[in-house]
Amino acid sequence: MFKYTIKRVLLMVPTLFGAACLVFFLLRMIPGDVCELRMAGEGGYVDEDAIKTCQHDLGMDRPKFVQFVDFITGFAVFDLGESMWTGKAITHELGLRFQLSLQIAIMATLVAVIIAIPLGTISAIRQDTWLDYAVRTFSIAGIAIPSFWLGIMIILGLLISTQAWFGEPWMPPIEYVSPLEDPISNMVQLIWPAVATGYRYSAVATRMTRSALLEVLREDYVRTARAKGLLERIIINRHALKNSMLPVITVIGIEFAFLMGGLVVTEQVFNLNGVGKLFVESVQNHDYTMTQALVMLVATVFVITNFVVDLFYAWLDPRIRYS
Amino acid sequence: MTAADVTSVSEIDELRSQKTFIEKSADMFRKQPLGAVGFFVVLAMIIMAIFANYLAPYDPTLNDFAAMLIAPGADYWLGTDQFGRDIMSRLIYGARTALFVGFAASFVGATCGLVLGVMSAYFGGTFDLIFQRIMDVFMSFPLIIMALAIVSIFGPSTQNVIIAITIPFIPRCARVVRSNALAIREIPYVDAARALGFGHARIILRHMAPNVMAPFLIMLTSFVGQAILTEASLSYLGLGVQEPTPAWGLMLQGGAEEYIESEPWIAIFPGVAISLAVFGFNLFGDSVRDVLDPRLRTQ
Amino acid sequence: MKPSIKLAIAMGAGAAFTLGAVATASAAPKRGGMLNIVVGSKIPSYDGHRETTFGMIHPIRPFYSLLIRVNPDNPQSTSDFVCDICSNFTKSSDGKTYVFKIRENVKFHDGTPLTSQDVKATWHKLIFPPKGIASSRKAFYGMVESVEATGKYEVTFKLKYATGGFIPALATPFNFIYSKKDLDTHGYKWHMKNINGTGAFTFVQHQPGAFVEGKRYANYHLKGEDGKNKPYLDGYKAISAPKMAIRLQAIRGDRAQIEFRAFPPKARDDLKKALGDKITVQESDWNCVMGFSSNQKLKKFQDVRTRQALTLGLDRWGGSKYLSKIAIVKTVGGTVFPNHSLAAKKEELLKLKGYNPDMAANQAEAKKLLAAAGMAGASVELLNRAVDQPYKVVGTWMLGQWKKLGLKTTQIVLPTGPWYAKFRKKKDQETMIDFNCQGVVNPLIDASKWLSNDIASNNYANYQDRQLDKWYDQMNRTGDEAEAYSIMRKYEKRIVDEKAHYAVSFWWYKINPYRSYVKGWNIAPSHYLNQSLDQVWLDK
Repeated sequence: MFKYTIKRVLLMVPTLFGAACLVFFLLRMIPGDVCELRMAGEGGYVDEDAIKTCQHDLGMDRPKFVQFVDFITGFAVFDLGESMWTGKAITHELGLRFQLSLQIAIMATLVAVIIAIPLGTISAIRQDTWLDYAVRTFSIAGIAIPSFWLGIMIILGLLISTQAWFGEPWMPPIEYVSPLEDPISNMVQLIWPAVATGYRYSAVATRMTRSALLEVLREDYVRTARAKGLLERIIINRHALKNSMLPVITVIGIEFAFLMGGLVVTEQVFNLNGVGKLFVESVQNHDYTMTQALVMLVATVFVITNFVVDLFYAWLDPRIRYS
Repeated sequence: MTAADVTSVSEIDELRSQKTFIEKSADMFRKQPLGAVGFFVVLAMIIMAIFANYLAPYDPTLNDFAAMLIAPGADYWLGTDQFGRDIMSRLIYGARTALFVGFAASFVGATCGLVLGVMSAYFGGTFDLIFQRIMDVFMSFPLIIMALAIVSIFGPSTQNVIIAITIPFIPRCARVVRSNALAIREIPYVDAARALGFGHARIILRHMAPNVMAPFLIMLTSFVGQAILTEASLSYLGLGVQEPTPAWGLMLQGGAEEYIESEPWIAIFPGVAISLAVFGFNLFGDSVRDVLDPRLRTQ
Repeated sequence: MKPSIKLAIAMGAGAAFTLGAVATASAAPKRGGMLNIVVGSKIPSYDGHRETTFGMIHPIRPFYSLLIRVNPDNPQSTSDFVCDICSNFTKSSDGKTYVFKIRENVKFHDGTPLTSQDVKATWHKLIFPPKGIASSRKAFYGMVESVEATGKYEVTFKLKYATGGFIPALATPFNFIYSKKDLDTHGYKWHMKNINGTGAFTFVQHQPGAFVEGKRYANYHLKGEDGKNKPYLDGYKAISAPKMAIRLQAIRGDRAQIEFRAFPPKARDDLKKALGDKITVQESDWNCVMGFSSNQKLKKFQDVRTRQALTLGLDRWGGSKYLSKIAIVKTVGGTVFPNHSLAAKKEELLKLKGYNPDMAANQAEAKKLLAAAGMAGASVELLNRAVDQPYKVVGTWMLGQWKKLGLKTTQIVLPTGPWYAKFRKKKDQETMIDFNCQGVVNPLIDASKWLSNDIASNNYANYQDRQLDKWYDQMNRTGDEAEAYSIMRKYEKRIVDEKAHYAVSFWWYKINPYRSYVKGWNIAPSHYLNQSLDQVWLDK
């Protein structure tokens, strides 16, 4: 187990290095640069001197190799440097945004679990009945609706219905308040995107709960339990559900990692100042340092989550070989 | 063919998979009413896409400012958009774009994943180790960056949008295929084929790949819906298929933001089209999964 | 010039409604309250001298003062400039010396009193920046010979030649007055990350990506109508919201009261329909010109007949009618901002190629020209920016117009960065949506876009035309307005007609719907202008 753990940790290094290479060179292949955008981006007068000065200040005129070494060594000692767009420390820029994305990811995961486990269970127990079909239709609808469309509809729906009922249109706050500062305002803002996202992600988890449970219900020990005359409910709750949770946890874990960096569209729709929005903005701004830092952050979260899920798996299921 | 017996092994193999496939298809409609619904939605889309020229009442790209923002009615069944273009014609032609993007991305993505996944399992060892790391890199890499880079570097043509959508599919399919192929690799006939001196390519393509068809097909069907949806999301971020090409995501992007309230038909119909298509493909894909491999664990 | 604020606008069904008069002079301003602004762009650095985006102006401008500014009570006028930190200014009879008296009651937020030394240091940084310091608009001040402090509270600008372009250039809203002490002790880059101004508000916090917050500066140098120091507001928050739908919904849900760039016409109608009197709308022509240019590096567009045919194909008058319902463009004009005294009169405009309302005649002529140039039925590619308003809307319209000439048209739409890279670095576009967006309306300087490409780095049609360069110079060096007007006509005709270097389609149209209880803000012809917020108050 110990050797396995060490090996897995070491294997993260090439993955992260690969991601670093990829992002570094991919970004520089995109035509355009941050200084051009800042100095000429609004279609007015363009001062070539100002563009050159800006490029020099940001070290963009140095050889690519030097920039790359700079980036890698910086990342290795957890020095993310400064954003090319704002000139401020990346850690400073990231702080609150990361907190928001983390909170949304947790909330959305909770919503997904709350929806998925009961529905998946019902769907499995009542396999191939109308109840099963209804549940599956409901959960697939969650993936089928484009999230930005749903988001716009939710906000517009709130505005129109509150005006119709209370006379004044109401919408969730558009600025983030930390839950420690004002938990109610925080909840009122984040509950909508969390539900919208959680519903989407519940589809996968529902499906997984259903198929895992179906599989377990065919196992011998469940048959034995039934033969002993145990109540169906106890069989499901005590034996089957517990044992079918393993793949569900895997899926939820991986989805959680995606949520951390993948809420790009939802954050735009609800104007959440999270990692996803920052991602879009920094790519659009050609803010190399910021984008690199974000990609590395997302990649790190991804490999660590995978690692934790694997460890968890190994720990729960002794049949897995650590090869 | 000199090695008659081995050829027959693969022939039997093919026969078996063909037979079961037909059987399973028939089963599906009996046992899977949801799948049948999905299948017919997909079929309707395909018909719309193929016969768009005959079905569409108007030119989908013709601006006609005299007919801008007309509500659904006798002349324009689903109304017109801000440029006076007929929404129904654009939806019908849009099915073409959607299917093209959906099928191309999922087929190329899943096939590359299949070949790479089987190769990885077959060769094993260092190749597998390195290959897995490369796949990890792509899995951990955010789609948006990839899409933006590709679209920005090569220009936002439909074909580049497809490439952008395809890339993330490859590692996801490769992973699943690899884990299935690992099991197959242990089966004696692969060793037998190798002992007979067959080339790697032949063993991979003729002997191993057909045996991981189940996960491959499952991934393939689930990718189509995702590809259509991803194209819509890219459109929302301004990176999708571009005007004046009729494409659902594009119709929704411009329309949803500005006209959802006063001219809701502009935003609602493309949204419904996307949802319905993705819904159909998912229902169909789910049933394929249920029939082919109810135990398959990975998504 | 009459203010161009349109007090009545047509709504969807054709019903007209009247908006309250803009200058609400009747009610006395009330004090207090927080103003929430939604901003659709991002802040790069805080340094106005260096940056060029409204994403910086809207949140940061209220922290700073200018030497002079566009009159906040009358921003629609293109010639009404008033003192901000100066108390008055005089011009010598030869028009080459300007003396500014500086107010003696101005203090920086850190308590340092402002003197002429601060003004001098600021303007030296702007006009004569040391090497390695970016000053994005220093070319506006080519006429300035020297800036000197001629007294503790007096600054003198000496010009190389008299020009009507000087005073408007001086009022550029990016020219924040910095303290000499800060420049001396912290260096010329300190203001990128730090704020110390003399504006109506002091900096409270900037939550990255979310909002900038400012609070009332009690020692602000200007007095309000009630005789006490401005500003009226307790503070403001500029909240970042990149998506238009969110900005619109925020105003509707009263999470924000105003957005200072512009909304499309439909958004205005929806807001007005939902909230009636609770929404006030101000509208104005916008100092941004929209059009297209053909890349003269390519052989295809070196024939003037091809370029003329393309501009003849645009139905400007008809397009204005339709596009003004779906896009933020409206007024048909030439190369000069429509409400400026240097702009062409309508009868002059109608004589230019492509401005004749008889489209059948235009199209026939265009087809003839295309055939003569060997371009009949040829393919034309339009490079456009992946931004809906107004780029993609106008681009899609333009393609439809060219299709009517029998041309095969395609559109390449790129995100902003790659878009710029394509026509600024690679320069291989065929035709492109080309625009010129400036702050203070100053046609003498704004028109520099059409100079030869070795002089104007924003000339994206890639031509050299020494005749234009000569006229531009003459126009700038004459103090006589009538003469400038007649040169401008020749300049304009050569650009849009004789040589068809650039085709103007429409001027942008700025539409600002906002919560009616916001008072004291007057729309200017640019989203950069009149953003100090010292005038604004809430009627609550």
